[in-house]
Order: sequence, then structure tokens, then C-alpha cells
Amino acid sequence: MKPPPFSYHDPRTIADTVGLLGSLENAKLLAGGQSLMPMLNMRYVLPDNIIDINRVEALSYIREQNGALEIGAMTRQRDIEFSDVVRERCPIMHEAICQVGHRQTRNRGTLGGSLCHLDPSAELVSLAAALDAKVSVAGRNGSRSIDFSTFPVAYMTPAIELDELVTGATFPCWPRGHGYAFVEFARRHGDFAIVSAAVLIEEDSNGKVTRASVTLGGMGPAPVRASEVERALIGEIIEEKRLREICETLRKLDAIEDIHAPTSYRQQLATVLPRRALIKAHERIARGTRS
Amino acid sequence: MSESRKITVTVNGTRYEETVPVRVTLADFIRHQLGLTGTHLGCEHGVCGACTILLDGFSARSCLMLAVQADGHEILTVEGIAPNADTLHPLQEAFRDNHGLQCGFCTPGFLTTLIEFLRDNPDPTEEEVRVGISGNLCRCTGYQNIVIAALDAAKRLRGEGKLEPRT
Repeated sequence: MKPPPFSYHDPRTIADTVGLLGSLENAKLLAGGQSLMPMLNMRYVLPDNIIDINRVEALSYIREQNGALEIGAMTRQRDIEFSDVVRERCPIMHEAICQVGHRQTRNRGTLGGSLCHLDPSAELVSLAAALDAKVSVAGRNGSRSIDFSTFPVAYMTPAIELDELVTGATFPCWPRGHGYAFVEFARRHGDFAIVSAAVLIEEDSNGKVTRASVTLGGMGPAPVRASEVERALIGEIIEEKRLREICETLRKLDAIEDIHAPTSYRQQLATVLPRRALIKAHERIARGTRS
Repeated sequence: MSESRKITVTVNGTRYEETVPVRVTLADFIRHQLGLTGTHLGCEHGVCGACTILLDGFSARSCLMLAVQADGHEILTVEGIAPNADTLHPLQEAFRDNHGLQCGFCTPGFLTTLIEFLRDNPDPTEEEVRVGISGNLCRCTGYQNIVIAALDAAKRLRGEGKLEPRT
């Protein structure tokens, strides 16, 4: 028996969950368990109360509304992977989710769990930054929406209160025919990325970029939007030599150093991966791949 | 006293009503309380895949679930794969014929993982098999014979005979 002792609660509704969060001391929400369970097994966390939200059915949905995808916090990563509407309206999400862990972990792992765990290298976290997602949160005083750009407040720390619950996220869809690519470098398939690049572009009929979103994951405590590169791309025609120049500026980004890679290695990846992703995104537009 | 709950689970077709401390993992419950020791525990933090079981037909790491979470669900462990005590499942036959295991510690996790994978993708490429088993670690085989066994099993399950042995 490895996890420390705790009291177990398994509410069925969002209201009951919020009630428990407000009344219980030192409580942890258990979503898909793919991060919290290892932390419990190794006793990195010692909660007095576990609130298991796997039986709160209202937290599991994927729907298209007002040009955006709304996805419930307890939606399994597998359900996102196999969703037709996700593949059709937000193909970068499909490409990213296939790189999240393994089949066994995607069957349990959830969108909300990944966003709240907020691992700096997590694919869904980078994706939320790339798509300007909004996170929906419920608390005792009702619900609110948080722009993802302000969601990470520190390393693995989301901008939610102890008595609040993430109920889902809204991902604005890009127009059909856009280019996209999610490219990451990891030592083994399914590992967290050392660095990842999430790229979305639109081009006009002359092939010039009219809109760009470029996000790097794994560099710092939270994903970084490469806004200078995004601006520099406007009006450009995607082509390797020019991209090398534009992406070289990313080498000056701050990057963490850890057991997997030194800072300079991450900075090198930061110049390479967006370039590869942009070329892939451009080729997808050129091929007329329906997005 | 640690908190306990009564749960009902169906494991390999048998219904169990058990009282279990809430902090016990599903893996420990299956092994210690039900005595089904075919499910192996390697890392106990979701990396090695040895403890993979099928929960309502979907693979999951049983070390990353609490036993109480399985209440009302159906579980398949490695003991439940073969149709009976005298007959192996085609996947197990393929592992035996292709030397898909050496020490056998990781094998229960590979088998359960591949049961689901081959159900979802009955005619996979070698690359797809390699991605499919990327969540399972094996320290003996170097994976090559596991990949061959998976491709052979896929062929057998499609009813197209066996894979020709490589020379």
C-alpha cells in the first residue's frame, strides 16, 4: 500500500465538488490520475482528502460552439484523440494529443488534469497557449473564465484558488484551410517533450502569411508565445532560408536546464523546431489539406 | 484505522464484492486481495506498463488507479486472456512462437496492451506497433521479437494464417 492515508470523496455533480473543495482541508482533486497517482505512490503529496471527480459526468464533453471547441475538464485524452469534430475543426489538437504519453495513459488522462498539473512540457498546455484558449473555472461565487495567457502564474501553478475547480476549456478554431503543425523533440515516443513547437498559420492567395501563432513548450515554467516571430512572419512567404533567419532570434529565449538537456540545447531546439513546424504547416496549406 | 469502502468489480468475468481501504491501488487490490498475481508491478508510478489491465475494454495502468475507482467496472487481466486453461489466445501463441518474451516479467502488460491495440487496429504497420507498445518497457528482448509477435498475432487474428518465420 503506497499512497499515504486520506479520506476519499466521489461527488457526482460540479456543485457538490465545489462544496467539498470549500469545506475540506488539504484536499486534492483526482482527475485521470496520471500525474497525481505517481505523486501519491511516491508520497510527494500528502493530502488529507482526495476528491475523485471521475464520476462527475457533466465535466466530460466535446462540442463545437460559436467557432470554438468546448471541451470538458474530465474529457479523456483518448476521446479527444478519436473525436471527429476535433480532427475536422482543430487538427493541431489531434496531432498534439497523439504525442501525449501512451495509449494506456491517454485512456485515463484528462484535458483538465493536464492543464492544472501544468507541466512546462505538456502538449495540451502548449496547445492551450497556441490557440488562445480560455479556461472555465467554477467556485463558490459562481464561474469565471481565465485567458490561458494568464493561467500559469508560476512553475506548475495555475491561477485558480484552492476552492475552485476547472470545468473545461474553450479553444477558438482557425478557419478551414489553415496550416498547422505540432512538432516536438523527445528522447522516446510518449515522453514529455524536451522542447515542442506548436504552429498555426494562414496565408493569402499569393502564399504570404497573414496570421501566425508560434508557441514553444519546454523552455521555461510555462509555454512561450514567440510574438516577435509571429509578427516577423506576416507578409513573408514560407521558405527555408528566410525561416532560418527569423527563427534564429529564438535562440535568445531563456531556457531551463535539467537532467534532460542544458539551456543551450533547448535554445538550439527553439530555433529548429518552429522552422520545421512552419514548413510542415505551409506544406499542408500548399497541398490543400482540408484543416 | 484507514478508511475503507465496499466495491463490486468484475474481473475476468467473475464478480467480486470486496471491502478495500480507499488508498489501495487497483494493482495491489488485484494482486493481494484477489490473488491474481499475473498483473506485475515494475515501477509503480506509471512508467513501465507492466501492470496494464483493461478497464471496460480500455488499457490502463493499474498502479495509477485506486481500487475504489474500479467500483462497478469490468476488468480484464492477463489471466483472462486465454479462452480456457488448455488453449492460448492467438496473441499468446504468437508470443510463444516468435520468442516474444524472455524473463516474462513485462509480458502481462504487453499482452493486455496489444489486446486493445489489435482490436483498434487489426492490420497495423511495424511502426504503428512500435508506437502502440511504446508505453511498455522490456529489458530482455530489445523489442524486436515482441514487434514480430504482435504482427504475427494481428495476422492470426485476421484469420490469415501465421507469419512466415524469418530466416
